[in-house]
Amino acid sequence: MATDVEEWKAEVYGTDIREHVERFAEEGWASIPDEERDAWFERFKWYGLYHQRAGQESYFMMRIGTPGGVLEPGQLRVVGEVAKEYATGPVSNPEFGDAWADFTTRQSIQLHWIKVEDIVDVWDELESAGLSTVQACGDSWRNIVSCPVAGKDANEHVDALATVHEFQREFKENDRYRNMPRKWKVAVTGCREGCGQGDINDLAFEPASKDGVDGYNVRVGGGLARNEPRLARDIDVFVPHERAAAVADGMSALFEEYGNREDRYSARIKFLVDEWGAEKVRRVLEEEFVDFELQSAGEGFRESYSYNAGRDGDGHDDHVGVHSQADGTNYVGLNVLVGRMGVDDVLELADLADEYGSGEVRLTQRQNVVVTDVPDEDLDDLLAADLLDDYEPDPSPFMRGSIACTGTEFCSLSIVETKNRMVRYARHLRDTVSLPDEVEDFHVHLSGCTASCAQPQIADVSLRGMKTRKDGEPVEAFDLGLGGGLGENPRFADWVGERIPADEVPGAIANLVETYEREREGAETFRDFVERHDESDLEDLVEPEETSYEDPMMHNTKRTWYPYAEDDDMAASPAPTDGDGVPLDAATGDDSAPADD
Amino acid sequence: MPTELRVLDDGAWVSVDNERRVPTSDVWRFAATDFCACATAFVLLEAFTDVGVQGCEVTVDGVGRCVDCGEKHAFSGLGVGRVLEGSFRPYPPDGVRAGSEPTV
Repeated sequence: MATDVEEWKAEVYGTDIREHVERFAEEGWASIPDEERDAWFERFKWYGLYHQRAGQESYFMMRIGTPGGVLEPGQLRVVGEVAKEYATGPVSNPEFGDAWADFTTRQSIQLHWIKVEDIVDVWDELESAGLSTVQACGDSWRNIVSCPVAGKDANEHVDALATVHEFQREFKENDRYRNMPRKWKVAVTGCREGCGQGDINDLAFEPASKDGVDGYNVRVGGGLARNEPRLARDIDVFVPHERAAAVADGMSALFEEYGNREDRYSARIKFLVDEWGAEKVRRVLEEEFVDFELQSAGEGFRESYSYNAGRDGDGHDDHVGVHSQADGTNYVGLNVLVGRMGVDDVLELADLADEYGSGEVRLTQRQNVVVTDVPDEDLDDLLAADLLDDYEPDPSPFMRGSIACTGTEFCSLSIVETKNRMVRYARHLRDTVSLPDEVEDFHVHLSGCTASCAQPQIADVSLRGMKTRKDGEPVEAFDLGLGGGLGENPRFADWVGERIPADEVPGAIANLVETYEREREGAETFRDFVERHDESDLEDLVEPEETSYEDPMMHNTKRTWYPYAEDDDMAASPAPTDGDGVPLDAATGDDSAPADD
Repeated sequence: MPTELRVLDDGAWVSVDNERRVPTSDVWRFAATDFCACATAFVLLEAFTDVGVQGCEVTVDGVGRCVDCGEKHAFSGLGVGRVLEGSFRPYPPDGVRAGSEPTV
């Protein structure tokens, strides 16, 4: 039987949604019929709009897709201006102020507290700058990820950006694939360091050569969500540049045709690849969805992949710092702790990019930003800018390695608070824990639930939201994993610590680091150190304890209307509000019923 | 008018009449169900897989984990609230309700 979501999509989906959103924007929140809200909010996702969690009704998260993470000159400024005008909530966030932009692990941008009445105005401003929210969420071609310095990197094999732009034109700027069974995440990598993270995408194009022709090897069926992580499977296909779009088209059509529409939990293509095997995927692709003979895989570069790999070597683990571009200028990667930047800082960054670079700014899958095209003679001035005191090009490994998802601040799925907590963790670890001097990278990825938006399974220390009881009371907690990372031999973390109270996680990490420093062999990285131990040993190494770290969010933050509000009780929520932020309905009493009444 | 029930967003919450009324992330007490060896299991609801009705009670199937011992199970038939005079009244998660506990 078709799911409700499939029925809603069959009625209205794709670009047909827009006229309805425009109508709701004009007529206001109350014009969305009560009995149709589940359907409309599901459809809104195709246009990058996600209804914020319970307690924040009438407010939306808006996701802006930036293909390959590229913000062309002028675009970041528009993002900052839009965020300042429209993404201000009823109360401040204690770490980030009244408004901000979130840079995500798919090189996108998220704004919060957007009111339905403002959506069209926001779209107008974004679209005037060439930005779009189309297919940013929902069952769609999601933002295409790529090496964030494609076309700039002095060492890349091929410029993936040309392929990203072709895919953008073919599949994103229309609703050709308006009816995918589930989300469809595509990565295009052109460098020798694996910056596209193809292994964790539904469809991955990886740099390769065959018979003197440059192009891509193709992998299918990667992903991290739902406690079912998969690495993308090699389907033994090489495709030259000019046919990459044809293969992407064929794989999309294959997924559209054969993906599971009966059960959304099993709809991602990773489950189809599990069922069919890579060989059948290749055969069906060739027989039914492309009109040419597929070539077998070419010579790739996986042995040199260093991105998010946790290995010792010359390649990049991330893009933080000053690096040479192929054209003789430089790019400067700045650390954005948990990917969140206040609007005034966004605007100042746009100024710096204009003044010292070409105005272009790029986003990485590690939630950081890169200012490109900086001539040698302007480097010192850029590096001396005040903004770089907070967004450092040479940060502590704990600040540099921290990634966090949205969490219970806004997200319906998350079990725990994430971003503000990760900020506190990173600062505490920076101030109290020392790593060996030569260790620049130590990745801690914190995800609020099994959806894995912070990519927890591929970090040195993996944190996944959980609950436990402490002093008899339920408190926010984390499962802790070790041993994850990408690179030549990617693998997912083993979950060796369970239900650690959130206020004992910094102590657990400190104890791990202390053991690592004491027992490491030579210049062994943390990942190498972890891999030298079996799971039982690793369980013994995880020793949670309370330290000087204090956590103000141990309570059930999901049951607040906003975790940082002075009165955070659900009943104190101003939502839903009208277009001016005025509460529409003050009658929200306690309607709970004991089971025995 | 019949009450509309559905599970949305990867099992993150139960919609009752187009409102998000029952979230995952709460810890529920199971005292009558052999969810695990704990006398009272404190179970984090991690995901809902289905929602239905038994009489006037709204029940869910899902997956949960005892936050004390770590045992994880699918469960079915957990009562999460009642529909009284056309409106849904959710149960608080921290009550013990032998009559509306799930099967494991």
